[in-house]
Amino acid sequence: MAKKKSDFGTLYKGHQGQWTWIAHRVTGVAIILFLFAHVVDTAVVGWGPQAYNRVLSVYQNWGVRLLELGLVAAVLFHAINGVRIMIIDFWPGATRYNRGLLYGTVGLFIASMIPITWIMGKDILTLAGVLN
Amino acid sequence: MAATAERQSAPPGGPGNGAAYRAGRERPAGGLELWSWLFMRISGIILLFLAVGHVLIMHVFGGGVSRVDFKFVQLRWQSPFWRTWDWMMLSLALLHGVNGLRSVTMDYVTKPGWRFAVNMVFYVVTFVLFVLGTVIVFTFNPANFPQT
Repeated sequence: MAKKKSDFGTLYKGHQGQWTWIAHRVTGVAIILFLFAHVVDTAVVGWGPQAYNRVLSVYQNWGVRLLELGLVAAVLFHAINGVRIMIIDFWPGATRYNRGLLYGTVGLFIASMIPITWIMGKDILTLAGVLN
Repeated sequence: MAATAERQSAPPGGPGNGAAYRAGRERPAGGLELWSWLFMRISGIILLFLAVGHVLIMHVFGGGVSRVDFKFVQLRWQSPFWRTWDWMMLSLALLHGVNGLRSVTMDYVTKPGWRFAVNMVFYVVTFVLFVLGTVIVFTFNPANFPQT
């Protein structure tokens, strides 16, 4: 029997839910790894102004600020998608609105990232020397 | 059921899954795993306010991280409100995060010895950082640095 076209040579694209599942996992791991470092850098405050301000000078760099924007995006996505997970978990009837919830999650995430990227982007571009 | 033990949080709607659609990890039947599952959701709801609020206050609005320096923290931690906020966030975020890492190692680290070792590293790091953060949040004395 001839193989169906879908049996080979095509990229498995997955269900939308699988993409949010991967994104939830990746953002979660990224956030906890940042948090490990962030507890240490904040703890330096106990060693006085010179030490702490030296640590914070790391942020005077556009590349680090770009990562910071990524961190904010990761936290927001993880939070909004987490709410969707809980809606599905605690309200079984919500699976009927699964697609709407998925698009709502992504829509809300993008809608909130637009003004945030605008606000943080100005600082990034200033540090990069594009704006002054 | 054996598959559930191997892969704690199989992707929803995966092939041969057979289960109804799920968005997150399948709810465990009972015991410690059910408590861990429930803790993720309860701490998640609280962190929705603590962590998202923290990120918006410190990194987005009011000048973002540009206006954060020693003086800023010194002033901020004069208030028990922010110290409580920060300590609750520290505890919940570390526990929520390390519990998430545990789910990930359950999925990808299959050799029992390695799984134990990797989890142990995460637990030790989490414990040390929890102690460090707690000591700093509660013992930092703004009056120790008067001339700044």
